[in-house]
Amino acid sequence: MTRVRRWLPGLLLVSPSIILIAVFVYGLLGWNFRVAMTDKHDEIAEIPGHFVGLANFTGIWSEERWGLSVRHALVFTVVFVGGALVLGWFLAFLMEKGIRAESGFRAVYLFPMAISFIATGVVWRWLMNSGTGEHAGGLNRLFHYLGLDVLQWQWFRDPDWGMAAMAIPAIWQMSGYIMALFLAGFRGVPEELREAARVDGCSEWQVYRHVILPMLRPVTLSALIILGHISLKVFDLVVSVSGKQIITDVPATFMWTAVYDSHDPAKGATIASYIVLSVAVFVVPYLIWNARKGNRS
Amino acid sequence: MAAVAVSVAGLLTLSACGKGDDKASGGGQAAQKKVEVFSWWTGPGESDGLKAMRQIFAKQYPQFTFFDAAVAGGSGDQARALLSSKLQANQPPDTFQGHAGAELQGYIKGGKLESLNFLYDELKLRDVLPQQLVDQISVQGQIYSVPVNIHRSNVLWYNPSVLKDAGISAAPKTMDEFIADLGKVKKTGKIPLSIGSQWTLVHLLESVLCGSLGTDVYNQLWTANSDWSNANVTKALENYKTVLSYAGTPQDDWQPAAKQVADGDAAFNIMGDWAYGYFQNPAPGGIGKTAHKDFDWAASPGTDGTFMWLSDSFTLPKGAPNRDGAIAWLKVAASKEGQDAFNPLKGSIPSRKDADTSLYKDYLAWSLQQWASDKLAGSIQHGVVANDQWRTAITDAVGLFQQDQDVAKLQQALVAAAKASGQ
Repeated sequence: MTRVRRWLPGLLLVSPSIILIAVFVYGLLGWNFRVAMTDKHDEIAEIPGHFVGLANFTGIWSEERWGLSVRHALVFTVVFVGGALVLGWFLAFLMEKGIRAESGFRAVYLFPMAISFIATGVVWRWLMNSGTGEHAGGLNRLFHYLGLDVLQWQWFRDPDWGMAAMAIPAIWQMSGYIMALFLAGFRGVPEELREAARVDGCSEWQVYRHVILPMLRPVTLSALIILGHISLKVFDLVVSVSGKQIITDVPATFMWTAVYDSHDPAKGATIASYIVLSVAVFVVPYLIWNARKGNRS
Repeated sequence: MAAVAVSVAGLLTLSACGKGDDKASGGGQAAQKKVEVFSWWTGPGESDGLKAMRQIFAKQYPQFTFFDAAVAGGSGDQARALLSSKLQANQPPDTFQGHAGAELQGYIKGGKLESLNFLYDELKLRDVLPQQLVDQISVQGQIYSVPVNIHRSNVLWYNPSVLKDAGISAAPKTMDEFIADLGKVKKTGKIPLSIGSQWTLVHLLESVLCGSLGTDVYNQLWTANSDWSNANVTKALENYKTVLSYAGTPQDDWQPAAKQVADGDAAFNIMGDWAYGYFQNPAPGGIGKTAHKDFDWAASPGTDGTFMWLSDSFTLPKGAPNRDGAIAWLKVAASKEGQDAFNPLKGSIPSRKDADTSLYKDYLAWSLQQWASDKLAGSIQHGVVANDQWRTAITDAVGLFQQDQDVAKLQQALVAAAKASGQ
C-alpha cells in the first residue's frame, strides 16, 4: 500500500504527457513507417495500400533525385555543423578572454537565433544573388566594388558546392547559439584548475589543449546533436532561398514534392522515415551515453 | 516544416473565419446559404477580378452569401496542399479553383468531383466554348470544371532595341531562326535568353517541344498512343539544349527574368501572358514599361497559329455542403457577364467565344483574336496535358537536365515519366 502510494501520484502526474507523446509522437511515427511500407502511391483515391515490406526503402535509391538530395544533405551538414562549431567555439574563446562590453557582444551574436530560418533565407537569397560581372547583385556586387571580382561565384546555384553556400546563412544564424553553449562550457571550468596547470608550468595553449578542451567534450557533443538534427531536417531555409529546385534539393524538400506535388504518400513517408532514421543516428548514441553517465553517478 | 505549419495555420484560420461568418449572419440557416469558394487569387489584379465576379454573384443570387476562402501563394502550391487535405477528410469547400485539364485527374479518379455535363447541357456551354477546348478538358465524355479564363503560355517576349542592335529585324518565326538570333544577340554581349527558377525551364520546354514538333505531334504526346522515344523528340530536346545554352544566369523567379528583357539586359524571354500585366502595370504590381517600345511579343518560335493555353476553372466537389450555391457560382463563372467582369482585371481572356471584344485592349485584344482562330495545345507546367505525377516527373527530369545537359538521359526520363503517369 505504501509502495503504491509512493509511485501512483507521480505516475498520475506524468500520464497525460505520456499518453500524448505516445499517441502524437510515437503513434504517428509508427503510422508513418506503416505508410512507408505500403504501395499507397495515390493520395486522394481512398485505397488502403498493400503491405510491400521494404520495397519503397530500397526502390528510392534507384532514383537519381534521391541520391542527389542525400548528397546535398551531407554536404550541407558537414559544412554547417563544422562551420557553426568552429565559429561558435572561436567566438566563445574570444569572449572568454574577458573583453569589454561582453554582454553586448553576446546579445549581438545570439540575436540571429531569434530570427526564423524563413526570414534569414529571404535576406540571404538576395545576398547570394548568383549574377556575376555587370549583372552582379548582393555579395557579388560587394566583391565587385571591393575589386575582388575573383570571389564572385554562383553561390547556391553552383552545381557542385552550392549546398555549401546554402550552409552559410545557417552558420550565420546558429553560431551565436553555439557560442553561448561553449561560453557556458568555458565558464564551467574552475579557475583553480587553470591556475594549477599554470603553476605546473603549462603554457596558455597547453592549458586549453589539455585542461579546458577535454572538459568541453559534453558541450561539444550537445552542440553537435543540436546542429546535426537541424541540419538533416532542413527545409524552410532551402525553400526560402531557392524554392523547390533540384539544384538545392534536400530530403525534406523532396518529401514535400512527393506528397503535395505528385500525391504519393508512400514515397513521402519513406523519405520521412529516412530523415527520422538519419537523425536517430545522431541522437540515439547521445541518449545511450547520457543514460550510462546517469547510471554511473 | 514551416510550409506545413503555414498550411495548418491556414486551415485553422479558415475554420475560424467560417465560424465567425456563420455567427455574423445569424446561425444555422445562414451557414447553409454560405457558398465557400476556394481559390488562390489573392494577388493584385486577380483578387480584383474575383471581387468583380463576386458582385455579379451577389446581384444574381441574393439568397447566397459568398465566402472567400482564398489561400495566398503564387501558382496555388499552398492552396492545393490544403485542398487535398480537406478533400481527403471529405470536407470539401463548395467549389474550388483548379487548372482545367489533367491537373484535376487525381480528384476525378479519387471520385471527389461531380461531372458537370448537366450544367454544360443546361447552359449550352458546348456551343460557346471552342470545340477543341471542350475536347481537351473532357475525360471519357465527362467534363468536371468550368473554365473562367484563358492564359497563353507560348509567348515570346523580346526587347525591340536589343534586337535592333543585334541586327535582327523581326521576331523569329521558326526554331532555327530563333537559334540563329540567339547567336546574334550573344555577339552583342547581351543575355540572349533570360530564365528564372526551375519551373520556368519547364515552361520553356513546352514551347520548344511544341515549336519543334508541331502542334499535332505535340498534342499526340499526351494521348495513350504517345511516343516519346522517337527521333523527332530527340531533335526537339537537342533544340532545347541549344536554346538553353544561350540562357543567362537563372533568376529567382519569372519576374526578374522578364525584367531583364524590359530593362534591355536580355533579348528574349518565353513566359506566359501574365508577364504583360507585370511589364505594363505601374509599381508595385508591375514595372511600368511601354508596350512595343520597351518590350514586344510574338508567338514563341515555331508555334505561330497555335494557342498553348492554360485555364483557371471551378469545380463541383462531391458532397459540397451547399451544392445549389456552388452551381449558382459556376453559372456566374460560366456566364459572359461574369467572365467579362473577371478577365480584363485579371489580365486574361474569357474562355467563351462571344466575349465583348471592346473590353480587351492591346495584348489581350491580340490574344483574343488568336484564341478565336488558332489551333489549341495544352500547357505542361500549368496543368493542362499532364497530371500531377507526370508533371512532377517532368519537372524533376528538367531539373536534373539543367545540371548535366544530357539529352539522352532527359529523353529516357521523359519516356519513363509518360509510362509511369497512369494517365
